[in-house]
Amino acid sequence: MARRWKKAAVGNESSNPTAAGRDFKRRRLGRLPRAGSETRHIGDEHGLSGDVRKQWQIVLGRFVRQPRAMVSLGLFALLGIGSTLAGLFWHYSYLDLTNQIATFGHGGPSFQHPFGVDTIGHDLFAQVMEGTKEDVQTALLVAAISSLIGTTIGALAGYFRSWVDTILMRFTDFILAVPLLAILAVLGNLAARQSGSWFWVAIIIGVLAWTYVARLVRADFLSLRERDFVEAARAIGASNRRIIIRHLLPNALGPIIVNATLTVANAIILESTLSYLGLGIQPPEVSLGSLIAAGEGDTTTFWWLFVFPAAFIVVMILCVNFIGDGLREAFDPRKTRVRV
Amino acid sequence: MNPIHAQNARDPYAPLLAIDGLEVEFRTAEGTVNAVRGVDLELRPGEVLGIVGESGSGKSVTAMAAMGLLPRSASVRGSVRFRGEELLHLRERQLMPFRGKAISMIFQDPMTSLNPVYSVGWQIVEAIRAHQDVSKEEALQISIELLRKVGIPNPEDRVANYPHEFSGGMRQRVVIAIAIANNPEVILADEPTTALDVTVQAQVLDTLRTALEMTHAALLLITHDLGVIAGIADRVLVMYAGRPVEIGTVDEIFYNPSMPYTLGLLGSLPRVDTDGSEKLRPIPGSPPSMIGKPTGCPFAPRCPLAADVCQEREPELAPVNAQTPSHLAACHFTKQAHDRGISLFIATSVDLDSASENLATTAPGSASSKAPGSEELRAPGPGNYVLAEGLSPAGPGGYETAPDGHEGSGATGPADGEETTP
Amino acid sequence: MLSYLLRRLLASVIILILSSILVFTMVAYSGDPLASLRLNPRTPAAVYALRRDELHLNYPLPQRYWIWVTHAIHGDFGLTIGNQPVAPQLWSHLLVTCEMVIIATIIAIFVAIAVGVFSAIRQGRAFDSAAAFTNYLFISVPVFVLGLLLKEFAAIPMNNAIGHTVIYTIGQQSSNLNGNFLQRLPNYAGHTILPVLALILVTYPSWAIYQRSSMLEALDSDYVRLARAKGLSPTRVLIRHTLRNALIPITTVIALDFAGVLGGAILVEQVFSWQGIGQWFLQGILVLDFNVVQAYLLVTAFFVVAFNFIADVLYGVLDPRIRYG
Repeated sequence: MARRWKKAAVGNESSNPTAAGRDFKRRRLGRLPRAGSETRHIGDEHGLSGDVRKQWQIVLGRFVRQPRAMVSLGLFALLGIGSTLAGLFWHYSYLDLTNQIATFGHGGPSFQHPFGVDTIGHDLFAQVMEGTKEDVQTALLVAAISSLIGTTIGALAGYFRSWVDTILMRFTDFILAVPLLAILAVLGNLAARQSGSWFWVAIIIGVLAWTYVARLVRADFLSLRERDFVEAARAIGASNRRIIIRHLLPNALGPIIVNATLTVANAIILESTLSYLGLGIQPPEVSLGSLIAAGEGDTTTFWWLFVFPAAFIVVMILCVNFIGDGLREAFDPRKTRVRV
Repeated sequence: MNPIHAQNARDPYAPLLAIDGLEVEFRTAEGTVNAVRGVDLELRPGEVLGIVGESGSGKSVTAMAAMGLLPRSASVRGSVRFRGEELLHLRERQLMPFRGKAISMIFQDPMTSLNPVYSVGWQIVEAIRAHQDVSKEEALQISIELLRKVGIPNPEDRVANYPHEFSGGMRQRVVIAIAIANNPEVILADEPTTALDVTVQAQVLDTLRTALEMTHAALLLITHDLGVIAGIADRVLVMYAGRPVEIGTVDEIFYNPSMPYTLGLLGSLPRVDTDGSEKLRPIPGSPPSMIGKPTGCPFAPRCPLAADVCQEREPELAPVNAQTPSHLAACHFTKQAHDRGISLFIATSVDLDSASENLATTAPGSASSKAPGSEELRAPGPGNYVLAEGLSPAGPGGYETAPDGHEGSGATGPADGEETTP
Repeated sequence: MLSYLLRRLLASVIILILSSILVFTMVAYSGDPLASLRLNPRTPAAVYALRRDELHLNYPLPQRYWIWVTHAIHGDFGLTIGNQPVAPQLWSHLLVTCEMVIIATIIAIFVAIAVGVFSAIRQGRAFDSAAAFTNYLFISVPVFVLGLLLKEFAAIPMNNAIGHTVIYTIGQQSSNLNGNFLQRLPNYAGHTILPVLALILVTYPSWAIYQRSSMLEALDSDYVRLARAKGLSPTRVLIRHTLRNALIPITTVIALDFAGVLGGAILVEQVFSWQGIGQWFLQGILVLDFNVVQAYLLVTAFFVVAFNFIADVLYGVLDPRIRYG
């Protein structure tokens, strides 16, 4: 115990100037979990209750100070809420057939139809809004499911090691051995025959997209479990469950949250891709991917059929990625700091 | 005193390395970190100068600045001269002839300072061939010789091994071998023993001494371990918050400390020259934030002698008294500090004391046990672990805050003293 | 090294076996391939029974798996739903995809490393910011959107402006080709450029971001500081110490992502109507052609596992800690 603490102390003694700079900074800011790195010193400070609350305030403070992340968060929230409200208040439903259709030179964006109409007369704005709404719902559900599964599997593998680790990680490996999209295509086709609802699409993606989170949490737990506070907790008779939930999980939460965010981005890509292939969300529900597929043949003539749904997909994913980046920086300012 | 005295061909007293008014700033999102706020020092041929201070006191940054190894984000002002040649603001390519040849460096953590993907022989050969025109085979023979000299057994076989096949102490010997490969005139050693186990520290220090004898180089030894300093240094420079606060010969610093921070450092060391009833006297509080410029003396918040003047004006380094011009201290109350000695700081509680007392009698030979001057001081290393454990309130949660591992606790005494003082 | 390789090889084989079981089971439960035949009242019962027999649908699942996998090892992937042997189709489609995936992966690796390295050594400067922005942009564009964008809004208008087709947007080659290989090369190139470009653009950014951060980590490492302190030239420090070490972690990342590249290829083939293995697979899914779908999944799993094994070997070569560990 003494020896090991010595090493922790030594590890903190700064060997280089940037580390020295960091020390000052940490001293001033308090210390925080650092995302995605094995050489960190958070457990040093690890205490629960008030201490943790303060750390979260600091993380939040650092997040709020990043204009790009904040703008992205605002825009993403606007897309999510706006698309839901539009479904309720816009003068066309996404199912309505209007009295206009896209023909050569007609049907483009107008006052009545801001995004134009498609070749059979749907109001594209209503459709894009509905598609956005379903995409956001799907992506959030996917992130929740896959974070839950991934964290559980990664935590168990990393904490118990030995055969638990071997079994769980081999399981992860062989899920990774086949292109995710290919498995999703097979399952998506199966689901599409039963029900093309966004909910089932989300479930399918969610139960397969957790591998990255699992690897990450496992790596985190493998290093965290060697820390002195775990040993101390064990020494006073804390159960494995308590150690995992009360001691290790709070320390691994930063990277988990960051990756949940990135999973949202990934889920939007996967869902829109599946829907584009006709294996995801099925009519009458719409997704931005299926809208693009529907307009694909006429893209050069009716550009709006491609541009609006595509722009919404890209902007949404970009926002989520920027939010994730901002979170990463908020949890781990050292990693992204300007140095060398 | 130190047995090593090199003969300098030209002017035996001209300083090899001269640092003047060195200031280093790091710009961070939270503000400008003033890591070094004016360091002046001279390193003369054959001399060993120790720099002590807590981590964050700017001692490592000073050495890095001298070698031009600071990141680009650092802004450096002042002057660093080797034999009168200005090194600061030289380009990377212009520094090449100096680095490794004129000045070489030993880093703190031997576990990370060797490149893991090359054999140690390869890395020494690379260092030799950077400055000497020899073939690879010759360089390999020199490497084997160097490894032998730094005390690596079977160097003929070991030369082909990779760093991960060596222990920490052995790796640090390899780093020392690289440092002396080109007979440098100055060696900068940045906490060379800190990352090592206590028993290995003494061996590595011995290796360092051997290296000095072989090269006749001057040594700038950075450490937070006063025991190490006592064993090897001729002169000592104490740094606090980016500035030198006291400088003098080893005897002046250890027997006539005149700046409260130095007193605190000495008071927080366990001593072996007493019967063990002596209590440790940690420094209360923690080092200041280095963001922004301080007003007044940065040590004032932790100083028992602090008065109004200390809040207003930062004291300059000044001779402690007229008889010893080499002994300088930066304090408004040098005389009072000197007179009160280490009793300036409040002793620790009985519980803690008995813990350290316990240890003082059972601890194995410490780093300085073989070093001259170790009668006065014992490496503070092990004392802290027991103390820190004793400090931790027993019970859930208590341990989690305890192993804070406050950097440089070896120098500051028990875990920064934060938890120890009421 | 040998024992390390053997261990990795064994692990790869186990993963492949488990994957094949998983894949087979999943596909077997995903529907009835003869549903249309069965539901058609005019199908003679004997024909239906024969087709069931040919597809081994009468046996229990473990036995079906065994029949399938033992034949697959010998290169026999059974019959398609249209009663054609799967294997010849598989190989011809695979060849088409391989061309695209290999070219794209190799270029993407070089682009990613170059972008990552230069971003790191120019950290905070214009190149770094521009590269970071581009990386984020391409990471946020799904393959099919990028492919359609390149096709509909770049290549087609360009071809129209020039007056004849330089960059082809459909298929992997024109059908009416004459001449020797060199004469046909421009046609191949014209067909390949867009799909490959799309695949590169969606693949390289995450690798570049990773390479940049591992480069930054190496630049800030003690061993690079020691290398500089030895008085080595900046070029030598950069190549022999920084880059050499920063290349180790990226091998694993690229290997892990290889499945993703194959997934991307499915989309690219769809957008540009390449008759590759991805297209073949998608059509197989839509008609529930089990043997086609299973053959695709098994072959891709084989490639992914093989690629990961190569990465493991490379890792061992690059990192002595693994080699002698």
